[in-house]
Amino acid sequence: MESLSNKKKVLEQKPLSFMERMYLPAIAKGMGITISHLFKKEATVRYPEVEREFSTNFRGMHSLKRDENGKERCTACGLCALSCPAEAITMIAAERKPEEKHLYREEKYAATYEINMLRCIFCGLCEEACPKEAIYLDGPIVPADYLRKDFIYGKDKLVEAPLEMKK
Amino acid sequence: MDSAFVIEKFILVAVIFGISLVIAMYSTYAERKVAAYLQDRLGPDRAGPFGILQPLADGVKMFMKEEIIPATSNRWLFIVGPGLALLCACIGTAVIPWGTPIEIGGKTIPLQVTDINVGVLYIFGVVSLGVYGVMIGGWASNNKYSLLSAIRAASQNISYEIAMGLSIIALLLVTNSLSLKEIVDKQHGFWANGWFTWYFFKQPLGFIIFMVCSFAETNRAPFDLPECETELIGGYHTEYSSMKLGFYLFAEYINMFVSSAVMATLYFGGFNYPFMDLAVTHLGQNWASIIGVFALFGKICGFIFFFMWVRWTIPRFRYDQLMNLGWKGLIPLAIANIIITGVVIAIIEKF
Repeated sequence: MESLSNKKKVLEQKPLSFMERMYLPAIAKGMGITISHLFKKEATVRYPEVEREFSTNFRGMHSLKRDENGKERCTACGLCALSCPAEAITMIAAERKPEEKHLYREEKYAATYEINMLRCIFCGLCEEACPKEAIYLDGPIVPADYLRKDFIYGKDKLVEAPLEMKK
Repeated sequence: MDSAFVIEKFILVAVIFGISLVIAMYSTYAERKVAAYLQDRLGPDRAGPFGILQPLADGVKMFMKEEIIPATSNRWLFIVGPGLALLCACIGTAVIPWGTPIEIGGKTIPLQVTDINVGVLYIFGVVSLGVYGVMIGGWASNNKYSLLSAIRAASQNISYEIAMGLSIIALLLVTNSLSLKEIVDKQHGFWANGWFTWYFFKQPLGFIIFMVCSFAETNRAPFDLPECETELIGGYHTEYSSMKLGFYLFAEYINMFVSSAVMATLYFGGFNYPFMDLAVTHLGQNWASIIGVFALFGKICGFIFFFMWVRWTIPRFRYDQLMNLGWKGLIPLAIANIIITGVVIAIIEKF
């Protein structure tokens, strides 16, 4: 049948020429290509010692932020948990005592705040939902571990280090 | 037969055995490194500096693995298989001359375990015995893939041995000797009577045929059909585990070492190197001999590198292509080579 579009390209299968049937020239050419790679720079990154730089919008481990006075920003509103499509976030709210004023910015704070890193899909919706700019996915890759329970990260792992320790 | 002779030979055998094991060990490491560098990677670099201890780690791993002998296998032959493969690989080194004789305390010690006058035939016999290890292992596994692989290995080896033997006949026309020592001695130095002394330059076609056949004999890529993972799971060693598997893998590398040594001996002058007479007069017999040993090992390492280089370049042949190449390509070429060599020798001698 005549092709309507005229785009059809019929490939002709020619019999191999003598040089091609000899294998050796083609093999020599291939060997030349592989040996040239011996002198090229390797693409490997020696991972634990050297880390590949992440892109600027990389989403890694979560961190709960502090404000400029070192108080925790999180007010345990629960919007992050609500927005989380994987249901990875859970928290228990508590009321701030007068003597804890230097620790928490708002009158209500998260007494416990847990993220299950096995459930988390690192979509960043919690970051978007947070009205207090308290949670960001700006950490490194979540490290491997042996037990499932060890992947539930509490405040001890999530909250940023206090200001004086940071300096 | 005095005791000094026995001790001398025993030491020589032990040293050669040790060297071939170490070279086989580090061939596994070199293989991975060469593969990595040819593919723009790094290869093993964790165990020790530059991953130097990687073969030891692999060996320890192999020994620690659980050893499984399938219940339906032929237990005795299942154990004999890998042993035979390794044994046949190792005894090939016995007739290879490693260097010119050295003198220690007024005693001349040849650096060759035994100079039998049919050294080339011995090598052939040992190499063809090597396939029994694969055959027995594959059959004793009682597994259709292993058996298929064993059949492939056997038919491949038989096919390529013919071409290999024929390519050697052309060489023997030139050398007039089957003794490896004499063959090497005839390649003395590098240049004599207006032409290179090494037989590669007198038998280039024969060398290429011999090399292709030794790739097939050692089951190396592109002729590694017995180990074709996509078609035969793991090949003849599918059912093997622990150090029995290690023996098979090790035998392959020792085979590679032996066939590199044979190629270097037959075609690339063995322990001969350019200006070796100068070295004898200036440094003395012993030092010249040691340089010769290093020259031979340099050539062997070069061939081993070439084996690896080819492995990481050329894809595997299909089975019919392999047979076509062997029977329709290499055997006629080898016969043609014999005829050409014979005619050229006749012309040179008579006219």
